[in-house]
Amino acid sequence: MEPRTSAAVCGMGHSMKRKEDPRFIRGQGHYVDDLKLPGMLHMAIARSPYAHAKILAIHTEKALAIPGVLAVITGETLKQYNLHWMPTLMSDTQMVLPVEKVMYQAQEVAAVIATDRYIAADGVDAVEVEYEPLPVVVDPKKALEPGAPVLRTDKEGKKDNHIWHWEAGDRAATDKAFTEADVVVKQDIYIPRIHVASIETCGCVADFDRAMGHLTVYMTTQAPHAIRTVFALVAGHVGLSEEKIRIVSPDIGGGFGGKVPVYPGYVIAVAASVVIGKPVKWVENRMENLQADSFARDYHMTAELAAKKDGTMTALRIKTLADHGYADAAANPSKFPAGLFSICTGSYDIKTAFTEMDAAYTNKPPGGVAYRCSFRVTEAVHAIERVTDVLAQELHMDPAELRFKNFIQADKFPYKSALGWEYDSGNYPAALQKAMDTIGYSELRKEQAEKRKRGELMGIGICSFTEIVGAGPSKDFDILGIKMFDSAEIRIHPTGKAIARFGTKSQGQGHETTYAQIVAEELGIPAAHVQVEEGDTDTAPYGLGTYASRSTPTSGAACAVAARKIRDKAKKIAAHLLEVAEEDLEWEPGKFFVKGAPQKAKTIQEIAFAAYTNHPPGMEAGLEAVDYYDPPNLTFPFGSYICVVDIDRGTGQVHVRRFLAIDDCGNIINPMIVDGQIHGGLSMGLAPALFEEISYDENGNISGGSFMDYLVPTAMETPNWETGKTVTPSPHHPFGAKGVGESATVGAPPAIVNAVVDALSHLGVRHIEIPMTPEKVWNILREKGVAE
Amino acid sequence: MAQHEIRVHVNGSEKKAEVESRLLLVHFLRETLAMTGTHIGCDTTHCGACTVLLDGVPVKSCTVLAVQADGRAVTTVEGLEQNGQLHPIQDGFWQEHGLQCGYCTPGMLMTGYALLQKNSDPSEPEIRQAISGNLCRCTGYVNIVKSVQHAAAKLRSDANPAS
Repeated sequence: MEPRTSAAVCGMGHSMKRKEDPRFIRGQGHYVDDLKLPGMLHMAIARSPYAHAKILAIHTEKALAIPGVLAVITGETLKQYNLHWMPTLMSDTQMVLPVEKVMYQAQEVAAVIATDRYIAADGVDAVEVEYEPLPVVVDPKKALEPGAPVLRTDKEGKKDNHIWHWEAGDRAATDKAFTEADVVVKQDIYIPRIHVASIETCGCVADFDRAMGHLTVYMTTQAPHAIRTVFALVAGHVGLSEEKIRIVSPDIGGGFGGKVPVYPGYVIAVAASVVIGKPVKWVENRMENLQADSFARDYHMTAELAAKKDGTMTALRIKTLADHGYADAAANPSKFPAGLFSICTGSYDIKTAFTEMDAAYTNKPPGGVAYRCSFRVTEAVHAIERVTDVLAQELHMDPAELRFKNFIQADKFPYKSALGWEYDSGNYPAALQKAMDTIGYSELRKEQAEKRKRGELMGIGICSFTEIVGAGPSKDFDILGIKMFDSAEIRIHPTGKAIARFGTKSQGQGHETTYAQIVAEELGIPAAHVQVEEGDTDTAPYGLGTYASRSTPTSGAACAVAARKIRDKAKKIAAHLLEVAEEDLEWEPGKFFVKGAPQKAKTIQEIAFAAYTNHPPGMEAGLEAVDYYDPPNLTFPFGSYICVVDIDRGTGQVHVRRFLAIDDCGNIINPMIVDGQIHGGLSMGLAPALFEEISYDENGNISGGSFMDYLVPTAMETPNWETGKTVTPSPHHPFGAKGVGESATVGAPPAIVNAVVDALSHLGVRHIEIPMTPEKVWNILREKGVAE
Repeated sequence: MAQHEIRVHVNGSEKKAEVESRLLLVHFLRETLAMTGTHIGCDTTHCGACTVLLDGVPVKSCTVLAVQADGRAVTTVEGLEQNGQLHPIQDGFWQEHGLQCGYCTPGMLMTGYALLQKNSDPSEPEIRQAISGNLCRCTGYVNIVKSVQHAAAKLRSDANPAS
């Protein structure tokens, strides 16, 4: 889309340099750990070495004897205030600090408050806990077997480890379609536990003002308003009232879903500040972050696809077992325990589908949150894109041909999927065709055939994903009852400059720039003159925050609508100033002019000044608007990715030689930022495909609990991403955008797996679980007799 | 805990302080000197968010003791801008969208700066190798590589304005 505004105004379509960067490139960002308040104390947390154990005693004397240690907080301390348990966002419960037993390794057991972070750490070392180990349940399948130890003994009458059952679609019709199918393929797929591992860990400074009863919490949160309400609901009984709670989310060093939940550390720090009356800082270290914060994924899926001989897909069936650890602490909308997994029919016109899921408790940290994806979309896309390739292999069809055969065609939108979603817009064949033409698909296939003759292992993988983002319409979407609208408030100053505030919270997405560009697009005020603020609940309008690629679909939309409300009032003022009727005015970005007499015009700046100095009689002064935007539908970004890999027969190492991402996120606000989001998303798709996994031994001991073992990709492993676009605007979004932050994380892993399997398909390999480590691949090569 | 008086040249000016033996250089910078541009990401030398230059060599200040910097020169992100002028490495990151959340950025800037001190025209593999001890979760590194190249080109043209 060609920009409608000049480079000086910098509305939509301009690759404006980011307005937030001048502070970051000078080391002058404001992150939680940078904050130092007068009298501030430091908190550190003692954690359990056991995955499941009864607590017999906690000895705090030695810790309290250390000069500078002021307090040791235990579950018993919090129990006095009935704060030792808290609700999760899924209306389950989790411990803040344990009173009776611990449920996972690294669980919080006691918190030490001290005058200095080194002394707090000394205090943690001096806390002595006596444990009696209990039987550990690690495998969710075993957790659901009869006779498995019941973990949630706190829940009265709970006799098993089953959390919930969920299903979508028509079971009987799907079973029938499978019986009648020419071809059926079935594939077990496990998506392991992973962790977002944002480079900034989680933390907070809780500051309780005893005199006024005000609590301010500076914290690493993606959803400050929701957190304020949760605090008010949970701690109302100890006197914390919502008008006296202020949550400030300063600069956030990456979120990706991991900074949505309320972690025990935040609550303990708040309790400590309330009790002691001084500010308390808690910042977790990397091992605490990886070992105890909410995980993502951990889905055990069985996907089946039914088709005709010619490759026409007729039915999809997926059964999943979800491992939630000891509490369901996911951050899904409340009606969607399995998130938006029912997007699993993907980009294909599959008439019949059924999916069901059971969730189990195990002795692992609670979760799961997203890892840069909208509520379980990644798992759904992995299942459909993998099983599609399995079907292609079964039918000896090219995976591209099979996709073209089954795509929902462009003229079928809005498209109602078998599992109930109404896809807003799309053109899937165009995206895949563009990807194939750009990368030279047929030449790559020729090269592969030649290399195969020479014994070289080269693979080409495709993924044509559909996302479902922008939650969401209030009729279906809420978190703890709070509807998932989001907000914008714009105030135009007398000199024609503006401040705009939002209910979302950037964690690197560049909102200070892109929201300013939306205002510029709608009002013609240069983006450079628009100050964007988020994250302070005392000043920003209420909203549910930034995750699930929802900022542009919700607050971005609210920004446009609020700006249009301002434009409506500006028109009245312009008519007054020009002494014409409103109907005689036309708008172009930045000014109203009289139809047929373009020299008779008033700029938005002149109108703004008049709003405060010369407003029409009977009109309120000022020029501002608020909008709480309730999206009529979700948005459905999509794309087609092609990955080319070479596999080293000596080491089993997968080398991603090329990776091309063709994305369609509707209309684009800032092309530079969109490409940056896709680069980052691709890297967070590469990571679980090849490197990252958090696993546990039979005793519940974690592996992957530090950056020694949890392999976040460096610049050496990350390829030089290639990107391209198609543009299919969303028909229901005010400026046709769809959201983009997570598409690539969703689309990349199946493309990479499909490429690796493709490289080995002639050897009879049909599926490989992620992460596809050199060891795993080399073992396959050895088994097939091709390892060097 | 034993105390030591140390003198460290930080970004060209001498800082004197009494520190505990165990105090890490990153905490000396962030807490003793209130220079919070240097970040902590992992505490274990893996992520590089805390990278500073010690006598011109990039080190991860989360695993250097403050006393090890006694009598030596430390350069941090706050020392890059001179006389109100951004260093080309800072401008490169801005122009090429080499940062998103900004948390790894100070470490990346220092590593990139150190690379350009010894190699005025690094290739893409050389840049990737140089920053391989600095993790970034947001950018996918593509634009970081471009940012360093941008800075390299600017520094070369500044050195040889005629060419």
